[in-house]
Amino acid sequence: MKMRGARILLEALRCENVKHVFGYPGGAVLHIYDELRLSGEDLGISHYLVRHEQAALFAAAGYAQATGQTGVALVTSGPGGTNAVTGIANAFMDSLPLVVFTGQVPTHLIGNDAFQEADLTGITRSCTKHNYLVKRVEDLATTIKEAFHVASTGRPGPVLVDLPKDMTAQMCEFSYPETIQMRSYDPPHFAPQKQIKRAVEAMISAERPVLYIGGGAIAANAHEEVRHLAERLNLPTTCTLMGLGAFPASHPLSLGMLGMHGGYWTNMAVDNCDLLISIGARFDDRVTGKLTEFAVGAKFIHVDIDPSCVGKNVRADYPVIGDAKAVCRQMLTEIDEQTSSGSRIQSREHWHSQIADWKRQHPFWFKEEGDIIKPQYVINELRRITNGKAIVSSDVGQHQMWTAQLYSFEEPRQWLNSGGLGAMGYGFPAAMGAATAFPDQLVVAVVGDGGFQMSLNELATIKQYNIPVKILLINNGYLGMVRQWQEQFYEHRYSQSDMEVAPDFIKLAEAYGVPAVRATKSSEVTKVLEEALSRPGPVLIEMKVAREENVFPIVPAGAALKDMILA
Amino acid sequence: MRHTISLLVENEYGMLTRVAGLFSARGYQIDSLCVAPTFEDGISRMTLTTHGNDHVIRQIIQQSRKLVKVIEVWDMTASPHVEREMVMLTVSAKMGDQRQEVLSLVEIFRAKVVDVSEDSFILEMTGNREKITAFIDILRPIGIQDMVRTGTVALTRVAAVKARQIQIEEEGEEFSELTLNEKV
Ligand SMILES: Cc1ncc(C[n+]2csc(CCOP(=O)(O)OP(=O)(O)O)c2C)c(N)n1
Ligand SMILES: [Mg+2]
Repeated sequence: MKMRGARILLEALRCENVKHVFGYPGGAVLHIYDELRLSGEDLGISHYLVRHEQAALFAAAGYAQATGQTGVALVTSGPGGTNAVTGIANAFMDSLPLVVFTGQVPTHLIGNDAFQEADLTGITRSCTKHNYLVKRVEDLATTIKEAFHVASTGRPGPVLVDLPKDMTAQMCEFSYPETIQMRSYDPPHFAPQKQIKRAVEAMISAERPVLYIGGGAIAANAHEEVRHLAERLNLPTTCTLMGLGAFPASHPLSLGMLGMHGGYWTNMAVDNCDLLISIGARFDDRVTGKLTEFAVGAKFIHVDIDPSCVGKNVRADYPVIGDAKAVCRQMLTEIDEQTSSGSRIQSREHWHSQIADWKRQHPFWFKEEGDIIKPQYVINELRRITNGKAIVSSDVGQHQMWTAQLYSFEEPRQWLNSGGLGAMGYGFPAAMGAATAFPDQLVVAVVGDGGFQMSLNELATIKQYNIPVKILLINNGYLGMVRQWQEQFYEHRYSQSDMEVAPDFIKLAEAYGVPAVRATKSSEVTKVLEEALSRPGPVLIEMKVAREENVFPIVPAGAALKDMILA
Repeated sequence: MRHTISLLVENEYGMLTRVAGLFSARGYQIDSLCVAPTFEDGISRMTLTTHGNDHVIRQIIQQSRKLVKVIEVWDMTASPHVEREMVMLTVSAKMGDQRQEVLSLVEIFRAKVVDVSEDSFILEMTGNREKITAFIDILRPIGIQDMVRTGTVALTRVAAVKARQIQIEEEGEEFSELTLNEKV
């Protein structure tokens, strides 16, 4: 049957099992919005009208992080597309599967500086995994198929499909390809057996190994295999910011998060290990600190699906190229093989007790001060009240680091945040995206007063669709992370980081029709949290916290891990 | 060290900017670049020369391989291959001795005269980079009025030994690319 391009797009979305689209209309995408009105419901597609395109991308990213499915956003040409760029860059840095549809001026006007024209494929070339400009309506269905395939396979990432307005108006026969063959794109799956064998030999014979898990393990759904591997070889295991939840925080082998704000014991373990086994992590500078002094006595096993990550920042003594889940399984089989032919797995008691000592010496710590609310206490209470079971998204800043340190994530896809790009304004819309996928689960957005003010327009969205996000606002009246650096590294010269002038957040939320509560004293925190978290629908919870609390430990930028500042 | 990298790519809209953009975004140098369709429909080959240490070259190869529409990437420098560039020059050639001198250089370098005017020639020559540079240097004192030079193109030898024999037959030992490569 012939149908217009706009319908083909929606039919294709249905074939891809897309149920949620986050978007914002405009001239270039009017045919699509018309079709959404006509047939969206029949096709099982719900559209969420956000209040800024950036939020559409963040919501789609939160959806992707929480579900593992490809998130979908739809925005108009020109300003719609440019407003989406930060969200695209965020998904690119954090390897999140997104398909982004942007409107474009009609094909005959492209290049003419037409109204609301922007070269979106050009602008996003360096922050998409791939992008397309559809120039013939006959190519539309295949392009969408390819876009979803590329976004969700290999190392996932955002793919942009630019749709000139005439492409959504023209009529064409619809048929959706079942499979896709791309000569130029064939991501690896199993690693060569030789790489596995050598890596496993090193893992068995290491005396002071550390397993280092990144977001790639979550992307590959490899958390169970990772746990088996850790348990089989008795490996102390640390997660990156993006990897939190890939290994249960309460597990006896868990070391928690490493890096700039990692635990003392975690960073000491990494610094002193003789073998660092990296799975789906990329030795980011926030993890390694000064590279030349990073784990100097260690050999590196680097498991990654993206060969360009391996050997990029540190030399990979044992490169293993493959999908994290497949590789872990290969390793487990190889371990059986090698142990049955006589290799003994060491208990490494000394190493484990050394790490336990480090942890005893300097656990996470903060000082209670009368009735002033300490942000760390709020996160501890959040964990206790929610049993560590909520889906927690965070914005970027101090509150993000405290949440990462203290919430104790047990499950993958429970922790959503902007790691690689570190984009303020992520936390709230991302939680919104996750909550549309899991309306019956508790979804909490931990946000700072700065980042919330970059995204609070979405209060209207959660009100409109009754999306039950619980916003936990850690209000310190500062761009806290900036202030902390200015305190520690610029001799207390607070430059443009004071944000005490802010709206009354309670009145603000209420103006949007979203209920709101506030705690100003430590003794109120538990009650306020318990009550607010147990009410249905969206709610804003403001915690007026100690203004000048710092995140510890901290590895100063460019310093070695072992030179972290403890207090 | 200088490397010649060959990329087989889907000949799609924007392909050149994808590759060039990758290089500029990651701070790699492109010293020369040639792009043209291959004998296969829809497939183009890009040959580019760049320089950097082993780490940089490895990253260049891996990062370009990652581009979704790049089919394969080879570091030609790693194995026996043939490289060519082409140069065209407008050289002063007044009647008499100067004309003769230019013509004898053309003979020695196996170049070609492709256009003749009263007081100049347009010369064309293909060869490896060193040979072309040598040709330019030797013509310089005579008077180069204009010049254009392509980037490098390169092909791997399927069977190095066999290819070497053919090349020796064709060009003689002294211009064998293989001997040049071996010296490096
Ligand atoms: C879009 C964006 N702009 C600037 C920054 C730099 N930045 C990082 S953390 C931070 C402060 C965040 O303040 P707030 O949201 O109040 O959180 P807090 O650190 O106080 O918990 C800033 C400005 C950023 N990460 N993202
Ligand atoms: Mg703040």
